[in-house]
Amino acid sequence: MDWKSFYNYLTNFNTMEVEFKIRVNGVSRRIKADPETPMLYILRNNLTLNGPKFGCGLAQCGACMMLIDGVAVPSCTYPLQNVGQSEVTTLEGLSQEGGKLHPVQQSFFEEQAAQCGYCTNGLIMASVALLRRKSDPSETEIRAELQRNICRCGIHARAIRAVKKLSDR
Amino acid sequence: MGKNQQSRRAFIQSLGVLALGFSMSGTGCSRFKKEQADPSAPKIRTRELDMEEIDSWLVIREDGRVTIMTGKMELGQGITTAIAQVAAEELHMNMSLIDVHLAETGYTPDEGYTAGSRSIETSAMSVRRAAASAREYLLEMASQELSIPKIALTIEDGQIGGQGKSTTIYTLLNGKYFETKISSDAPLYANAERKIVGQSVARMDINSMVTGKSHFIHDLRFPAMVHARIVRPPAQAAKLTSVDTQAISKLPGLAKFIRVGSLVAVIAEDEYQAIKLAKAVSYFLAWDYQKALPANRSLMQYIRSLPADSKMDKKSEAWSDHTIANSPVRHRAAYFKPYIMHAANGPSCGIARYADGRLWVWTHSQGVYPLRGALADLVGLAEEHIHVKGVPGSGCYGHNGADDVAAEAALLAMEFPGRHVRLQWMREEENAWEPYGTAMVLEVEAGLDSQGRITGWKYDLWSDDHGVRPGGDADNLMPAWYIEKGHGKAKSGFRGGAIRNSEPYYSIPQLHLQSHIFRGPLRRSSLRGLGAYANVFAIESFMDELADKVSIDPIDFRIRHLNDERAIACLKQLAKQIKSIKKQNQQGIGIGFARYKNQAAYCAVAAHVRVDQQTNKVEVIKLWAAVDAGEVINPDGLKNQIEGGMVQSISWGLMEEVNFDDTQVTNLNWDSYPILRFQEAPAIHIDVIDHPHEVPLGAGEAAQGPATAALVNAVYQATGIRVRQLPVIKALQHSALRVKPLA
Repeated sequence: MDWKSFYNYLTNFNTMEVEFKIRVNGVSRRIKADPETPMLYILRNNLTLNGPKFGCGLAQCGACMMLIDGVAVPSCTYPLQNVGQSEVTTLEGLSQEGGKLHPVQQSFFEEQAAQCGYCTNGLIMASVALLRRKSDPSETEIRAELQRNICRCGIHARAIRAVKKLSDR
Repeated sequence: MGKNQQSRRAFIQSLGVLALGFSMSGTGCSRFKKEQADPSAPKIRTRELDMEEIDSWLVIREDGRVTIMTGKMELGQGITTAIAQVAAEELHMNMSLIDVHLAETGYTPDEGYTAGSRSIETSAMSVRRAAASAREYLLEMASQELSIPKIALTIEDGQIGGQGKSTTIYTLLNGKYFETKISSDAPLYANAERKIVGQSVARMDINSMVTGKSHFIHDLRFPAMVHARIVRPPAQAAKLTSVDTQAISKLPGLAKFIRVGSLVAVIAEDEYQAIKLAKAVSYFLAWDYQKALPANRSLMQYIRSLPADSKMDKKSEAWSDHTIANSPVRHRAAYFKPYIMHAANGPSCGIARYADGRLWVWTHSQGVYPLRGALADLVGLAEEHIHVKGVPGSGCYGHNGADDVAAEAALLAMEFPGRHVRLQWMREEENAWEPYGTAMVLEVEAGLDSQGRITGWKYDLWSDDHGVRPGGDADNLMPAWYIEKGHGKAKSGFRGGAIRNSEPYYSIPQLHLQSHIFRGPLRRSSLRGLGAYANVFAIESFMDELADKVSIDPIDFRIRHLNDERAIACLKQLAKQIKSIKKQNQQGIGIGFARYKNQAAYCAVAAHVRVDQQTNKVEVIKLWAAVDAGEVINPDGLKNQIEGGMVQSISWGLMEEVNFDDTQVTNLNWDSYPILRFQEAPAIHIDVIDHPHEVPLGAGEAAQGPATAALVNAVYQATGIRVRQLPVIKALQHSALRVKPLA
């Protein structure tokens, strides 16, 4: 986009706010926003959820992952207008009634698979999606699934162990 | 009593309503002065902070909980849990009754920076002594109060009792301070019972992380908080020459356009709008900037060509210039380590609010007090009018953008008073503007006698300085360079960082160690391990090269040159770990050893690698470590640190290098700055050698040097190619063009 068309786009973006009805963590929510707003900002700022984290804004690190109908996707490049009728799930939506941890959350806790914890959201969301798709992933499959996620503290071996524990294999 | 408690309860409620996330709000701490007229004005402890007093480290609350005040920050290293463990042990208290209050000006002791693997050695040990002293003091009080000899009393979870009578620690203190110095002769339960310390207690904060509870600075939300983004110049050396303010003023959703000298920012109510606005504004600015970086030349040669401040760091009395020359075996080699990023997972974030002449700053800086001093210098407020609260951020591994973003948020808040201003850097800002770990060149020369013992060792290192932290000086805060208020460039940093571990831990009769400090092309400061990473990489590579020259096993060769039994024990443990490993074709096992800073933790690492001869692809199959960190507070916490350190180190060593063109750094995202991911992650095994009655030794940075050394030594074993210029993958690609690998 050259600067003129970009400028035109910007001068219009206030009028571009549209109301959407989306389902997040099992609850229907009304959101009024620029349709192109990445879901990351909707989830964090409009819905005050902490799970998805801003890491790169480029879908390269996985810190912002959410589930769209059970599939882990980076929310930083997923526009609000694409959500439609899909079910959005965040880290907060995984815990079961009474605050009981989801098995993947429990496993990450048991393995102490965190240091700073900034990547934890993405790793858990990716693992939940993997185990939903395949109940008995091999270590190779686990690694391949988590390849989209960046961890700078180096807890890789612990995260792999946490997911392996839940594999039926 | 009842009345007293009621009035106190009312007081706590008022604290809870106020302060918006600041400090003790909602934690029920009753020891602080009643609010000033401004509800969010910084509260100050009614008692002066004195590191020698119990009250500076420990607060007994009326709900029976204990708050530990530490001047350190949680960086993901687990210090919060370790500190709670030592306190719980001495107070005989369940850890769930203990809270840890992280560094905050005016509240916690000034413990400088959370850096250098020093937090267990310093903060945790101070807390241990304070907690033991508090316990003894409370037992004395209870003895008098209940008329029971102290020896007949027991303390458990805040209850003190004996002979059928009991009281609580809060009742005894009745809301008063201890007003007592820490006693150095209070007995330590850690030496006797040791029920909590030494156990792999689960980290206190991981539950919040796995459930998405508010934990990070990024998660702080204040009413009416606005979002800011900086519009960066095209180069570090840049000046804003013109601004199309008319065009900018028409941009919708712009709460404020801010220009202070050449520092440009936008503020918006909505975060995504701020991001779009920053991009839009960039089209309406003109910059004068320099194309000053030495692109397209060998950085190793460039560094060696720079003027340097040279110093002799050590010259043995016995040193003779002829020793090496006259030795039957001689060897020399030069090593190179490029600029490396901290590359935090989450870009730096700061929040600030300015109102009525006072400034509040929330930061993931490693040092709230030094940052406050630098902020005072930057914004022209007195330190007592600035309140800085530490909140965990993404792991930092040293001095990254944390202080800069806090300073930028502060400057913007002063231009936009009354509201909380939140600023988070974008990925490309984090990568292009953080202070890197400096590039270094290391040259070693040594001689060996006929028995394979080192006769003399000559070492020359070239490095920029490290540790260019704010330290009370605004010049070291990046935004200071752009606001055009007379601040200079970053001052000289910490020369000691460059020579960290430059002296081998081996006994060598003649040493000649020199350092040459240059001013390099890129901004630099402290990255995990500082100079120790490159120095240990060079020393341990060279030790392997020497061992190879005289055909001695690398572990034996090192042990022959060690006098310290604990160091030898680590290497022997490592040897045991790897003894039975069968190397297959194209595989190699290498080792590396160091004692961090030559005085902290001992760490011996082995790496098992496979290098594909066709593609030069390096697979790190497994890493082993044997670690001696003295008294271990939390074995799993220690393992997690060593494990993470090793993985980070082999990521640095394998693939990381900051690149630049003539204008700016070019690795702006994870594609152009790849780090080790899950498919490349090695298996890991760590043995911890515990010494419960020795002093604890800092270990958070101990693995950095040894792991990369083990990696390059393993690559040599696998390929016959000696990588002396990091990163390994690039070096192998280059050598593939020149040298045919050994069959």
